[in-house]
Amino acid sequence: MADEATTHAEEHHTSTGISNEKLAMWVFLGSECLLFGGLISTYMFNKGRIGPNDIGPDDVFDIPFTSVSSFVLLMSSLTMVFAVSAIARGDLRGNRIWLATTAALGATFVAGQVYEFTAFYSEGLGFTTNLFGSAFYALTGFHGAHVTIGIIMLMSLYVMSMRGNLGPERAETVEIIGLYWHFVDIVWIVIFTIVYLFPQ
Amino acid sequence: MATVTPESPDTAHAPDEHAHPSNWLYVKVAIALALLTAFEVFTYFETVHGWGDTAIIIMLVLMMLVKFFLVVAFFMHLKFDAPIFWRLFVFGLILAMAVYMVMLTAFRFW
Repeated sequence: MADEATTHAEEHHTSTGISNEKLAMWVFLGSECLLFGGLISTYMFNKGRIGPNDIGPDDVFDIPFTSVSSFVLLMSSLTMVFAVSAIARGDLRGNRIWLATTAALGATFVAGQVYEFTAFYSEGLGFTTNLFGSAFYALTGFHGAHVTIGIIMLMSLYVMSMRGNLGPERAETVEIIGLYWHFVDIVWIVIFTIVYLFPQ
Repeated sequence: MATVTPESPDTAHAPDEHAHPSNWLYVKVAIALALLTAFEVFTYFETVHGWGDTAIIIMLVLMMLVKFFLVVAFFMHLKFDAPIFWRLFVFGLILAMAVYMVMLTAFRFW
């Protein structure tokens, strides 16, 4: 592994010797674990609490479609690390290309989620139809909102780069936004397994 | 802000010394993630359901944990970054798991 990595040191003039901004993002992500932990456990608790004739997970889930969406979001994490690598090398054009690609993949995922919600609603599953519907829309809706915020941040970075305000000296800003983006990816890894793939 | 020499063992790698893996390593991680996802989806098919729900759930959880670790360790650079970041994140993660395991137990979920 060592031959595949290059090491460098960055000076941070803080009381801890590490970047305050990055530390703040990690603390924020730690707190986000509690938010999504609450939503996931609420879903697990409520998904089976439906009547015999109520609409449930087996009636609405389209696993092949959601699998493709999951793959798209996973690959957006790859393009995000390419964006971070590019700006660390001083490749500003490459950074812009990978930021835009990541945002496009994220937008594809959100579009898939909108389509999925529309399809579920047309099949009779609304937010207040039953406890499964409420827990499902709350969990996946919160995740979709996080992805949307991530897309806005990525596009902001793109605009900053176009205006010449995002050079190699601000590589850590891209890395911190990348941390947020990867976090929404790992949350989806958990949601996809527990919500969609666990035997109902 | 005054410059202070870091002394905490949590920031032993400071000043924020970390490696940037090569793009090829990232591609290899992404391939592993894609293969694991494909195998996860494979477990959904009826033929595999003959293995029993408990076996399927254990396999899915294991694959989910491997994918989770790969993204956190490599894409989020925790494998190469200051240990304090890892500890902060794992603290939040374990706290969340503990709180909601207690909650589900209190509601007799198991």
